[in-house]
Amino acid sequence: MKLKNVTQAAGFLFLRICVTAAILALVVILADIVTKGIGVISWEFLTTMPKNGMTQGGILPAIVGTFLVTVITALLAIPLGMGCAIYLNEYASDTKLTRLIRMSIRNLSGVPSIVYGLFGVILFVQLMNLGTCVLSAGMTLGLMTLPWTITASEEALKNVPRSYREGALALGATKWQTIRTNVLPYAIPGMLTGTILGLSRAAGETAPILFTGAAFYLPFLPKSLFSQFMALPYHLYVMSTQHHAISKVRPIAYGTALVLITMVFAMNLVAVIARYRLRKIKME
Amino acid sequence: MARHAHKEKLIHGLFLLNGLLVVFLLAGIFAVLVKTSIPAFREIPLGQFLFSSVWNPTATFTKPSYGILAMLVSTFMVSVGALAIAIPIGVGAAAYLSDVANRHVREIAKPIVEILAGIPSVVIGFLGIVLVGPMIARIFGLPNGLNALNGAILLAVMALPTIVSLSEDALKSVPRSFQEASLALGATHWQTLVKVKIPAALSGIIAACMLGMGRAVGETMTVLMATGCSIKMPASFLDSVQTMTATIAIELGEVPYNTTHYYALFGIGLVLFIITFFVNMASDIILHKYQRVMK
Repeated sequence: MKLKNVTQAAGFLFLRICVTAAILALVVILADIVTKGIGVISWEFLTTMPKNGMTQGGILPAIVGTFLVTVITALLAIPLGMGCAIYLNEYASDTKLTRLIRMSIRNLSGVPSIVYGLFGVILFVQLMNLGTCVLSAGMTLGLMTLPWTITASEEALKNVPRSYREGALALGATKWQTIRTNVLPYAIPGMLTGTILGLSRAAGETAPILFTGAAFYLPFLPKSLFSQFMALPYHLYVMSTQHHAISKVRPIAYGTALVLITMVFAMNLVAVIARYRLRKIKME
Repeated sequence: MARHAHKEKLIHGLFLLNGLLVVFLLAGIFAVLVKTSIPAFREIPLGQFLFSSVWNPTATFTKPSYGILAMLVSTFMVSVGALAIAIPIGVGAAAYLSDVANRHVREIAKPIVEILAGIPSVVIGFLGIVLVGPMIARIFGLPNGLNALNGAILLAVMALPTIVSLSEDALKSVPRSFQEASLALGATHWQTLVKVKIPAALSGIIAACMLGMGRAVGETMTVLMATGCSIKMPASFLDSVQTMTATIAIELGEVPYNTTHYYALFGIGLVLFIITFFVNMASDIILHKYQRVMK
């Protein structure tokens, strides 16, 4: 065998090892959490309050807290993200201003999540005087999610064929009528798909909610949007580093981790299935 | 007709305003960080803030000290360590997926990489405590494995998806003619990959790695949980460290609002913002230059 063929075989072997390493990372993560977390999961674990300084009982307030915060995140990020995407794809021409907007979006997606947390403390907790609560935390996460929802929404708008717009405009429809009747109905499913992925990331974030509303231990459900709340990611952090009996509550931490990744993956799965079905509809 | 035109103008205006929102948001974040950290710099000399490695804001008998150098070095140590692990694996995996793998492998491997990107950072940090930490402790004979190496390994896992998918995009956008010319001259697939395709995609790959770097510098929960949290100049990867993000996460919840310590934490936030801003801009510029060359 020629030397260059040996080199090729060795090289490809290295590449194969790289891919295997990446896949192995995921397998190890999932295997550890699933095997050690599954034993903790029970109906009671999912539907009761934590008890005795969180050493016993369930994680219901954390599940409800994360759900509520994610709803607020969605209410802020979806309309604003869609609006920005509509402006960029339907109205804006390639001007300096448009480029400034695009540059801002790219930079916002690179801003560290903890910096969003600092911003949320000043803007929502202090300036708007909302205090640390579901609303402050949800809006902080909403701002963080914005660049992702914009990008996803624009992608969906780009997939609507030009002819749809031209047809409406040729019949004398105004720009907004065209967008409303001939663009948005076809783009909205795609927009929502991408947005769900962004929301799933927001739901798993901890840093932005640390100072904007997440609470260490509250053995009851949040009473309103203006109360503090427990959240799954923060609860996992607390149970694995801050609790007074860390080794004793380790199983609960595993259970929380399992619930958290299951929730995030379920949202991802919904998005993937929706994307698949959209593609099929388009092909037909 | 006139009413129609007015309404259209109004709607256009509203969408423009919505578009401008992101500019205001970015500027707003920067303004808030600057404004809130200014009172800190009235008390703390900038030289001390940037170049002292002593961070002791709660000193009671001596003068409190606000030096972030140790955290800055820790942040870079952990991030650079993460990239040292993630770049070879990530680029290798990207090359495999774009050039070697058949369709079936690709269709399985790509979603796996996407799933990896979706795992919340707090879960990765948790695994640093329960899985990677004990492993490091056993291998190196340490009392615990919460150190810079642990953080670097976890951040590598988190940076991997970004590096793989963007590098793969870069490799895919190398024109087919490059590859065909190389193969026609008798080069093997491997030679074509290493000597033609990777160099042609290099700026895209570098941009991907820089984006991964930006993510690593700004990541909070994993490093907070897995690196041991002790603010001192790290001497090796087996030392416990505390990054800038971790310091903010730990201390902001405990300091009273509107104290020098509180303002100083926003100062750290400002430094983080500036670093990630420039890393992202650099990545962006490299990528755009590359796209122009490719066209």
